[in-house]
Amino acid sequence: MKKCRDITRLLSEAQERELTPSERISVKLHTLICSGCRNFGSQVDILRRISRAYVRGAADEPQREEDSGD
Amino acid sequence: MSESTAQNAGKLSDDTVPSALMDGEFLQQLRQQMYRFSLLQLDDPQLAEDAVQEALLGALRNARTFGGRAALKTWVFAILKNKIADTLRQRHRFVDADQLLRSDAEEDIVDTLFKESGHWHRQERPAHWENPESAIRDKHFWRIFEACLEHLPARQAKVFMMREFIELESHEICAAAEISVTNLNVILHRARLRLRECLENNWFIREG
Repeated sequence: MKKCRDITRLLSEAQERELTPSERISVKLHTLICSGCRNFGSQVDILRRISRAYVRGAADEPQREEDSGD
Repeated sequence: MSESTAQNAGKLSDDTVPSALMDGEFLQQLRQQMYRFSLLQLDDPQLAEDAVQEALLGALRNARTFGGRAALKTWVFAILKNKIADTLRQRHRFVDADQLLRSDAEEDIVDTLFKESGHWHRQERPAHWENPESAIRDKHFWRIFEACLEHLPARQAKVFMMREFIELESHEICAAAEISVTNLNVILHRARLRLRECLENNWFIREG
């Protein structure tokens, strides 16, 4: 039985590679009963979305929008 | 590099350049942001400056109409990202002995998140984040995000940014950083654990 430490490692690795069927089953079974790891799993996705928004310049957009008429 | 940059830029007539790039103050600000981003990744002032120069030149060469500064900035940063990715792929020196030594200390801190049994400490267990999309639209959130990035150990931050900002694949990062895939996965795991903890404590689940 895998522990939270291992499951979060797999959830992190899933951002880099496709998990094997048995890894996916371990993760599924574990996250059904563990809200911490379930939340971690969605947060690694959110970290990716946030990072891409950051590089796109989202950090400056609210101030820049009024310049659109240039 | 910078001499030819100046010559090429000199050949462009004003009307082919997006108006925002003619705004000295905006351009200065943009250059600074680009340089900071580039330096974080490349860790070498000259290479960082070269990447910024080339990206700006690329933007000037392919001058086109932009709806606004945000669109221009997005485009210039996309070019910069490609330049940085090229530089990283060509380069095979990255990890020094200091950084390898420090990685032992990194381990201790992440280990405090879990009990010996491998399960979360109760107070460290990730909580549900409400409405991450609204954070992305909030400029205060980005200050927190930058501060959390700066709190990561240097090597974790760099590898995380190679993956999530520059969007390099695992094998490309391993080659540039001269680390194994296992090592890469450990570093990214720790970086994500720390970053999420920092964002949770300082933004998503703030107390009081």
